[in-house]
Amino acid sequence: MATKLPPTDAVVVGLGWAGAIIANQLVDAGLKVVGVERGPWRDTAKDFNIASVTDELRYAQRQELMLRTAQNTITLRNNPTQTALPMRKWGSFHPGNGTGGAGNHWAGITFRFQPEEFRLKSHLEERYGADSIPDELSLQDWGTDWEEMEPHYDAFEKIAGTSGRAGQLASGRQEGGNPFEGTRSSDYPTPPLKQPYSPTLFAETAREMGYQPFPVPSSLVSETYTNPLGVTMGPCTFCGFCTNYGCANYSKASAITTVLPTLIRKENFEARTHCEVLKVTTDSDGRRATGIVYVDSAGRRWEQPAEIVIIAAFTFENVRLMLTSNIGEAYDPATRRGTTGRNYAYQTANNVQLFFDDKNFNPYIGAGAVGMGIDEFNNDNFDHSGLGFFGGGSTRVTPIGATPINARPTPPGTPRWGSNWKRATVDNYASTMSIGCEASNYSSPNNYLSLDPTYRDRLGRPLLRITFDFTQNDLRMAQYVTEKTAEIARRMNPRQIVANPRTGPWDGRPYQSSHVVGGFVMGADPSNSSVNKHLQVWGVPNLFVVGASAFPQNPGYNPTGTVGALAFKAADGIVNHYLRNPGEMIST
Amino acid sequence: MKTLMGVTLALVPLAGWAASTEYQDIERGRYISVLGDCAACHTVNDDQPFAGGVPLETPFGTLVAPNITPDATTGLGRWDYEDFKAAMTEGVGKGGYHLYPAMPYPSYTLMNEEDIHDLWSFLQTVTPVENAIEANQLPFPFSIRSVMMGWNWLNFDERSFEPDPEQSDEINRGAYLVEGLGHCGTCHTPRNFMGGAGGDKFAGATIEGWYAPDITPNAHVGIGGWSEDELVEYLQTGGNRYGFASGPMADEVHHSSQHWTEDDLYAVARYLLSGAGLESSDWDHAPPEPLPEDNPQVTAGSHIYFDRCSGCHTPNGGGEEGIFPQLASNPLVNGDNTTSLIRVVLAGSRPVATDAKPTAPAMPSFAWNLNDEEIASVLTFVRNSWGNAAPAVSAGEVADMREELRGD
Repeated sequence: MATKLPPTDAVVVGLGWAGAIIANQLVDAGLKVVGVERGPWRDTAKDFNIASVTDELRYAQRQELMLRTAQNTITLRNNPTQTALPMRKWGSFHPGNGTGGAGNHWAGITFRFQPEEFRLKSHLEERYGADSIPDELSLQDWGTDWEEMEPHYDAFEKIAGTSGRAGQLASGRQEGGNPFEGTRSSDYPTPPLKQPYSPTLFAETAREMGYQPFPVPSSLVSETYTNPLGVTMGPCTFCGFCTNYGCANYSKASAITTVLPTLIRKENFEARTHCEVLKVTTDSDGRRATGIVYVDSAGRRWEQPAEIVIIAAFTFENVRLMLTSNIGEAYDPATRRGTTGRNYAYQTANNVQLFFDDKNFNPYIGAGAVGMGIDEFNNDNFDHSGLGFFGGGSTRVTPIGATPINARPTPPGTPRWGSNWKRATVDNYASTMSIGCEASNYSSPNNYLSLDPTYRDRLGRPLLRITFDFTQNDLRMAQYVTEKTAEIARRMNPRQIVANPRTGPWDGRPYQSSHVVGGFVMGADPSNSSVNKHLQVWGVPNLFVVGASAFPQNPGYNPTGTVGALAFKAADGIVNHYLRNPGEMIST
Repeated sequence: MKTLMGVTLALVPLAGWAASTEYQDIERGRYISVLGDCAACHTVNDDQPFAGGVPLETPFGTLVAPNITPDATTGLGRWDYEDFKAAMTEGVGKGGYHLYPAMPYPSYTLMNEEDIHDLWSFLQTVTPVENAIEANQLPFPFSIRSVMMGWNWLNFDERSFEPDPEQSDEINRGAYLVEGLGHCGTCHTPRNFMGGAGGDKFAGATIEGWYAPDITPNAHVGIGGWSEDELVEYLQTGGNRYGFASGPMADEVHHSSQHWTEDDLYAVARYLLSGAGLESSDWDHAPPEPLPEDNPQVTAGSHIYFDRCSGCHTPNGGGEEGIFPQLASNPLVNGDNTTSLIRVVLAGSRPVATDAKPTAPAMPSFAWNLNDEEIASVLTFVRNSWGNAAPAVSAGEVADMREELRGD
């Protein structure tokens, strides 16, 4: 049925951040690598013309850069008693498509997870007692630690040109940086972006209240930057068409602006676009991946044999491919057995709106990742004793650019249309700001990914089904951190504040965050994880599954910095360990 | 590769040492082919080097570069060294027919015997490809090759390179490369009505809808304001702070100058920047006065510039080195010939990508949202700001280029 192609050393599925980084590292190690991407080849010059990219209808409303739901989507439900229905227009999250993946239309916020995160379960048990973690959570350690992760974070930031101010260097605490970050081996590659008015005002107030605000780390470069691969980026212009858009100014780091221009020039790399992978093939006992089968845009099926198979698609497709390829045991919430699909988690997004009378924030000035934040109420940076929840959020003001269709900030009670709505828009457009609190989402035995029994994609494969709702832990946390955020808002003395803590049940319609994680998580124990700390699949040593699908839970930070670091980590595992003993699980 | 080994082994019985000498000759010849940029015209597909087929649009019609692989029927398989030498230095093909000077024999005639010999040795080692090319696709009367006898009489001197004893070896090497193998003047020296070298040497000329800029030491419109390092950077990596190689120069960097040795590139830079080989009276003219700020085109252009251009090229025209060209004190911006300026604003441009500079940042097209008058104004503003000074651009010039691009 599928035509067999000549074998290659490695095949990489997905040419977003993770796939492009790994492919480049393997190519530099001398391997012949084929990259397979379900979407088109994207390129700044061709796709993101400065004269046409600022088109809100095309990109934000009609979601041009996102995966077409007719090609592939998910089904969703809140709990196993419900029947899941398919998402026909992306709402809660925005999966990407094409080279660069969701990394083209991302915001650019580039946090490193904190050292405690990688041993979260152990850390909480040590601090709060062995039985302190409630039964509704399935928190776990990552099987790695800060010392192992730090060099890979550093490598990713240098590729992306990440701008920011260090908080902790080997030389000690750095004034103006994030005091809660792990010690960095080097400062950010580019200095922080200049701050618009609303983050500046927020930071002043936060400082007065005794908090320690810092510039949000951002892979929108603040000055011209040439990365170690020789690719050059230009400084961000705060154009305000950033999140949901591709960057026309070569300012927002993505695989297409930082890795692919050099990777595609290398002789032992080949990219095949508009090729959708159907499954990973394995030998008869399932202990070795033999390659992949994919379908091209003409509908022809091809088998690409490879010595090493790397799956580096978006979280959803990583997990679906593992389920449809029978890799690992599918998770069953009734028995809590199985690991494929286990520990799916999300993000708990909260915000507080501030309506002023006497301010002009020039809100059209913006960027996906410019702003000021505080971390006093994030993760375990505050004492959770007696609070009844764990976790927290990153509190920050990040004006992404108030675009003409979407940005209509009006106070509650304003009509949804008509002349009063128009008047309220005029009155509030320039004088409204918002403080967000991007909070953790802790995994639960009830939240998982599985194959939908009813709905199939155009190729006849089951869609991925999400079973998810916010836990009591997360809802209590949302109330707490939103109130802390509202305290700062009140101190800023606006006419009116509107606090929007996340409440349940999870609603898939309004956009919340594309930070979908887990489902094929990493760890030290094959009974509760799918990959080891090198992202190597337990029991299938030549198969690596890389991405946010490996996160065992989600802290109150954006995931991309960690996705990039894990890509470097997996590549390091392959090049420096696996290739010395191919076909074996890496033992170090 | 097979052919290369065949040649090498065949010589071994004659003399043991000859094998290595021959190998070195061939490798030298490979480099000569790079210096001469033979691939620019003779290679369409990198998998079939030198199999010919690149069409050259000339003012007289289309010529197609022939197959120069050793294929016996469609290439140079039946030629010998003397045939090849005559083609290179006299513009005469095997059997006595005249070549058209799109083949830069008026430059290659300066090549020394060793270089021609080694180039021939190398060309005999490339894989023969059967690929019949009809080189002459010119209309009558240009299709009559003997027309070139008269052309040669008027435009061509068969001569060999004479080093200038007053100059250093390095400058002489630069002269040999620029005037001979590199054939820079083929594009950068204005042509007369016959397509022979006409106006001031290296003063810039229009070619294939682009402006091959002035490469004299004039600091305003030429490269006199560039350092040697900046000129070498441009030729070696495809760009410097003033811009990135685009149009035909992108092909030149891709096939040729990025592969030159650093010594050769510096020799070229020193020669060109020294002005040796030029009369200073030909290039050493004072720049014009800039148009005043209240010139209506300058005023209108300043607003367009701040809305459309300053995000990348920065409000003071300084650009961002490595990605967005500096427009201030940029000779291409100041040049009399606005062909490339208008072209890149209308059509956009994707420059060459090299291993050293893989980004190839693009200039976007503004054809659809700036009209002829607006483009003329913004270019007039750019040409008369931040130390730049140059004549105004007219809407008519923009309209002509718009029309020309439509025909592409």
